[in-house]
Formats: sequence, C-alpha cells, structure tokens
Amino acid sequence: MKELKILGVVVFFTLLTYWGVEPYAHSVMHPHVESDGFKYDDLPALTKKGDAQRGAQTFLSAGCTGCHGVKAAGMPAPMDPNAAAASFGVNPPDLSNAGSVYDEKFLAALIKNPEHALMVEHKFSKMGRAYPMPAFYGVGGDKDQEVADIVAYLKSIAKKDVTPKEAYELACGRCHAMHYDNWTQIGEKPKFKHKKDELLFEAKVLEYQDHLTKYLGKLPPDLSMYIRSRGEHYLKTFMENPQNLLHGTAMPRVGVTAEAAEKVLEHMADVGDAKRHERTSVGVKVMIYLFIFAILAYLWKQSLWRELH
Amino acid sequence: MADNSRRDFMGKVFGGWAALGGLGALYAAKKTWDPLPSVKAAGFTRVDLSAAEPNVLNVEKWRGKPIFILKKTPEMVAKQSKEETARDVIVGKDHFLVCIGLCTHLGCIPAYRPDKHDFKCACHGGEFDASGINTLPPPPSPMVIPPFKLEGTTIVLGEEGPEYKKMKEAGVIA
Amino acid sequence: MAHFEKANSLEEWLDQRLAIKTLRRVLAEEYWIPKNINFLWAMGMVLAVTFGILLVSGIFLLMYYQPNVKLAFDSVNYTIMKEVEFGWLWRHMHAVAASVVFLIIYIHMFTGIYYGSYKKGRELIWISGMLLFVTFSAEAFSGYMLPWGQMSYWAGMVITNLFSLGSLELNGLVEWIRGDYVPGQAFLDRFFMLHVLLLPLVIMALIGLHFGTLRIPHVNNQDGEEIDFDAEAKKYLEGKKKESKVIRFANDFMSKDMFVVSIFLIFYFYLVFWHFDFAMDPINFDPADGLKTPPHIYPEWYFLWSYEILRPFPKDPGLVAFGFAQVIFFALPFLDKSPNVAPASRRGTFKYWFWLLLVDMIVLTVMGKLPPQGIYSTIGLVAAVVFIGLWVALPFITKNEKAV
Repeated sequence: MKELKILGVVVFFTLLTYWGVEPYAHSVMHPHVESDGFKYDDLPALTKKGDAQRGAQTFLSAGCTGCHGVKAAGMPAPMDPNAAAASFGVNPPDLSNAGSVYDEKFLAALIKNPEHALMVEHKFSKMGRAYPMPAFYGVGGDKDQEVADIVAYLKSIAKKDVTPKEAYELACGRCHAMHYDNWTQIGEKPKFKHKKDELLFEAKVLEYQDHLTKYLGKLPPDLSMYIRSRGEHYLKTFMENPQNLLHGTAMPRVGVTAEAAEKVLEHMADVGDAKRHERTSVGVKVMIYLFIFAILAYLWKQSLWRELH
Repeated sequence: MADNSRRDFMGKVFGGWAALGGLGALYAAKKTWDPLPSVKAAGFTRVDLSAAEPNVLNVEKWRGKPIFILKKTPEMVAKQSKEETARDVIVGKDHFLVCIGLCTHLGCIPAYRPDKHDFKCACHGGEFDASGINTLPPPPSPMVIPPFKLEGTTIVLGEEGPEYKKMKEAGVIA
Repeated sequence: MAHFEKANSLEEWLDQRLAIKTLRRVLAEEYWIPKNINFLWAMGMVLAVTFGILLVSGIFLLMYYQPNVKLAFDSVNYTIMKEVEFGWLWRHMHAVAASVVFLIIYIHMFTGIYYGSYKKGRELIWISGMLLFVTFSAEAFSGYMLPWGQMSYWAGMVITNLFSLGSLELNGLVEWIRGDYVPGQAFLDRFFMLHVLLLPLVIMALIGLHFGTLRIPHVNNQDGEEIDFDAEAKKYLEGKKKESKVIRFANDFMSKDMFVVSIFLIFYFYLVFWHFDFAMDPINFDPADGLKTPPHIYPEWYFLWSYEILRPFPKDPGLVAFGFAQVIFFALPFLDKSPNVAPASRRGTFKYWFWLLLVDMIVLTVMGKLPPQGIYSTIGLVAAVVFIGLWVALPFITKNEKAV
C-alpha cells in the first residue's frame, strides 16, 4: 500500500497547487457577486391592477409609437434603425414582446422614469444630458393606473414563448453585434449576390455603430464568444445590474425577467458554445470506454505479474 | 501452462479493446475530414433565366465548376433532333441548355461558337453541339447536366427537381 | 548481397529484411527494468501518450487553423469549434493535454530528484530531460499565441519584451524576434512555424536522445540499489522470475504502464469534457486588441513559479533571478555533491531540502497568479529568495552527507 501513500502525496500537492491558482486566485481577482434572482427589489411593486384594453388606448395617446414600433399590433417602426440612431443614439426597440421579456416592475419604473430604471443617471442627468426617452407624465388620470394599464397591454400582446434568439435580439441585439450568428445591430445580415449591396449594408452598420459609439462613449462589444470569455455566472449578474461588476459603465440595466435572462444565456451558449450538448454525450461514452480500458489493463497486469512476485 | 494461456488471453482482450478505441478515434478523424456545413450549404446556386439573351452563352459558377446556360433561338429548337430536345430545360416556351461546362475528355472548358451553334474544346479539339452532345472525339460522352430544380423562371442548381428526375428516368442523364 | 531464403510467414519475411526479432528482443523483451519500482516510474509512458495525443489532435487543428491575424481567432473559435465535426474535441484535447503534460513533467522531475536518478552515470538522462522541459515550454508558449486572443497577444508582448534584457535595452533584438514593433502578422507566422514544425522536430529528436541516455545506466529503482542487470536477466530467463530483480520492458513493465496510463486517461478526459477552463483561459476568448490590456494577465500555471521569481525584484535583478531559475535545474547533477543514490528520505538534510523546494515552488506558483500587491508581493519575494538560497545551499548540504 506504499503506492497508494505515494499517490496520496502526489494528489495532495496537485490539488493544493490547483486550489491556489484557480479557485483561490480567482476569488481574489474577481470578487463574487451573487444574483438576486432578477427581483429588482429597488423598484416599487405595481400597486394597481392594469387593464389591457384601457392600456391600448393609453399607449397610443401617450405617444409611445412616435419612437417605438409594435409589429405584433400592426404598427411598424416609425423610423429605420439608422435614422432612429441618428436622433436618439440607439434604435428604440419594437415593443411586441416587451411584455414577456422585461419584468413588469421594471417596465412600469421605466415608463415613469427611464433613467432611474435603467441606472444610467450618471451618464445623463448628472452630466447635464437629457435621456432620449422622456418620462411619462400621465394622460390626465391616475398615473399609477395608466402605467399599470400600459404594462398590462404590453403583456397581453407579447408572445408567451419567445425564442432564445428573440430574447437576445430584443434585450441585447440593438447594441451588441454577434457576428458568429450573422447578427448586426441593425438586424440579420442578408446574403448578398453583389459586392456593392454588401458594402452598402456594411456602411449602414458602420454608420449605426458610429451613432452608438457617440451615445455610449464606446462601441459595445460583439458578444459571439462571451459565454466562454465571461462565463454564465458573470453574464447573468452583469445583465441583472451592470454597475455591480463594472462600476460607471454606460450599459443600462437590462430589466429582463429571470426566465428571459435564461433564454438570453441559452442563445449566447448556442452561438459561443454550440457543441456543449455533444461534448457531454461524447464525454459519457469516452468515460465508459476508459473505465473498461482500466479494468482490462489491470487484469492484464495481474495476469503477468502473478509470476513475478 | 494455465497461467500462460490466461496471460495471452488477457493481453489479447486488452489489445482488442485498445484497438476499438483506435477505431473510435478514426471515426472522429473521418468526420473531421468531411466538407464543412458551410461548404455544403454553399452548394446551391440560384440563377434567374428570364434575363437570358438567345444564342449568348452565360457561365455561372456552381460548386467551383462553370455551368453553361444557353438560351436557344426558335430556329435552333426547330432544327434539333428529338435526342437533343430531350436534354433541354424548358421554361415557358424557351429552351435552355444547362450543363457543367467541362469537356468530358479531360475537363477543359470548351468555348462556344455562336455562328456555328456549337462548342469547341481548345485542349484536344473535341466538339459538342448546342445541346452539349459530343460530336467529334476525343470526348466520349455529352457534357453533364447538373441536378437542378425550376422555381418559376429561376433555376436552382444542386437540388433535384421533377424535371431533372424526369430526364434521369428517360435515361438522358447517365 | 546477402543470401535470402523463401520466408514462411510475414514475420519471417520482415525479419530477414529488418531483423525485427532482434529489434523486439533488444528494445522490448530483453530491455530490463528493475522490479523494485512504483507507479511514478510510469510517468515516462504517460508523457509519451500525452505527446501522442498532442501530436494527433494538433494535426487535425492544423487542417483548419489560419495563421493570419485577421482570421486566426475566427478559424479557431468559429470554424474549429462550431463547424468542423469533432473540432471542439481536438481543440479541448490539445489545450488540456498541453497543460496536463506539464503536471506530469513536474511529477517526473520531482520523482527524479527524490530518488537521486540524476547521478552516477545518469547525468545525461537528467540533462536531456531538462532540454525537453525547455523545448516543451517554448512549444507551449508558441502554441499559446495561435488563437490570437487577448492572452495570446499580451503574453507575446510581455515575454518577447524580456529579451530586451533590462537596462541593456536590446530593443532591436525584441523587434527581430517579433519581425515587427509589436506582435503582428510576422510574429504570428513565425511562432506558427515554430509550433508546428521546428519545435516538434526538436522535441522528437530529444525524446530519442532521452531514451538513448537511459540505455546504459538503466532505470533507477526505489532504493537506488546498484543492480547487476546481466546476472539478474540470466536468472529471469532461466525461469527464476520471482527471484530475479529485473523484469522485461514488454510486456511486464508495459502492462503496469498501461494500467497507470488508463488511470491518467480517466483523469485527463474528465478534464477535457467537464473541467477545461483552467487550461483554456476565458480571457483568451476575447480577440486580441493591441490597445487594451486585460486587467489581470498571468502566464499559464506551469510558468508561474519562474514568472514569480522575476516579479518581486527591480527590473535588472529580476531578470538575473529569472535567468537563474531557468538554468539552475540543469546543474542539479553537479551541485549535488553526495555520492548517495537513495531516496531523499534516507539522505538527512537533503530530505528537508527536497520538500522545501517543492513547497516553495508551489508557493511561487500561487503567488505568481495572484495580483502583485500587499501581502502577496511580500510572500512572493520571500519565496523567490528562498528558491535562490536553496540552490546556493545545495552543494554545502550534500557535501557533508553521510554515505548510506
């Protein structure tokens, strides 16, 4: 059993080194941030019960459609992405699925005071800049009720089962390209037969990115490989509150529900770690093979060494 | 001696199992050599036939090879044999030659002669008529018709449509 | 021309032309290994297997990798990881094997130090092994450049800057190594060449040399006992296998090797499929950006101890200490003045020297990864000084060692 003792020594020093350079060193370099489960405790809960039908009216009279499209309700975007970005810095989202991707508390807080809900006051009012989306001052009635109605309306028209890709496009895709999925900030890049058309499209993307850069201070990164470079935990907590991990960043709080966050992460994994399911299934097979390999190697060794000892 | 045979047996079992693992690795290696999905996805070319001029040869690229597309004039169609007509791709009233533009001798690209309505290969002098049928050796067979599918006036190369299958059944395509 | 008879089997046919029976006898069946060994003696075979894995997986990666600063990152992360069937498997196997191979090399080295397997005729085994360690280090570093991520770029920047040799400011030499003012296309191309051709050739030649150096002095054993191999082999061949102190390389030793290899493979493939981040730094999944240094940069774990010897000192002394750390292991057979070939546990003060060196290098490794501030810097400095001190003390410790 001397060999097992030696093995114990080798394993001990190996694990000690591993512990020092991986879990321990990383805990020193990157302080751990825990997720709150996308509860948004800093935002007030909705006190009124919203009515979707009234909300549809309020939505129209509040002027939301001046900037936002709602394709699901037959309202196309009033401007193309580039024109919108030229005016606002970023293309305002189509709100068709906002009700299922964004948290209701967040939506209500956003309508009342966008800067505060998005946690970007440090980049706007505190710097003397106005946030491009104006706060909602009500259309004459009880403001809390009106906001609740709008939220109820948005929830009523939203698809319940948005795909991971749709969740990504709405929550991240207007600022972050993902070229491994052929995604640009102004949408999917089509296939072009003629070089000229392709260059024209690329010029539009560059122009949009210029507006975005001016608006945010720097161009948001392409997220193709972020699932590997940042990891799921970091991305999740970052989405929940970017300021926690990158203080002072211009990135707004995204405000997604826990479920939508999972979808966004799934899409990022589909793009940046596409073979993860295959990895696990091949891994299990290889392991089974190797266990049998080890048993046979042991039996072979025993059969030979019986006459040596 | 019992020990000996047990020893040999275990050695063989272990060796066999290790070889099985080697076969698994070879399988993965084979798959790694396969054409990439992006290569396979790019194996379809769409060409709009409506803009073609009669008796002017169009050359398109499909899977790295030249594709001849020739719209025949009504006179050419009237003159040609049944065998030749069987190879035509017909869109509305128009007859087209669609074939891989490689000489079936050694793979050079024959040139179209609009005045003679035929193809001449510069490498070894082989000739084909306007339907791609070999008329002067050395080429042993007609130029090959690629799998195609018609969608209105658009031809999709790389996919087998009903017209292509019909040609295949009729024995026009080997 | 020699006379050839008609052969009755393929084996005989080959034997007539290649003497395969003699080869098998000399290289395998009658290549004698001491019986008194433990599983640590199988690390050579584990290393050979790992090198084989690196070679094969590398061949498949080479089929799709593009050594171009614009394409390299995508050819790895898109083409190989997403498009190529099993491309992800080759990449994970390659990256994890490149890391694990150093763990085994270190175990192999410390086994040699512990049992004194570098003395009395075995000096060249040690030296050729150290040459392999250095070449493997260069191979690992050049391979690390190829995905052209943030860590690739900045490691390339920092390590090549070392060649300016501090106050000598040999910037011309640094530019010559890079072929550019910063790591760029020329740099990537030449490190690609080194990684896939020149260094593998050198490694294969050195592996041959390493095997060759073993032949005459033979493998050491657990007690450092001097064995009369001819006499013991005779006993074995006469059938007194239990009495004999030696065994055949094949299949006696080989069967034990294979069992150890199988345990190693279970560990290795577990890492490949489920625990690969330690070998594939997340930061390297960000494409190279020459205008932005990542907040924490550090080498792969196996370089950390020597990196930490560089870090706590001012620039010039740091470089001297670093240079010292790189070469001092080569001198081990000559700094150890004791004639004893025995396990460290029986060698008095040397026992403490051995364990202190091991612990000190682990401390250096961990401190090398931690940010260089506060207590970590102090610990790092102490550990670096201890490392140098240990080597300076070695001849004095071993000179007065009692014979065992």
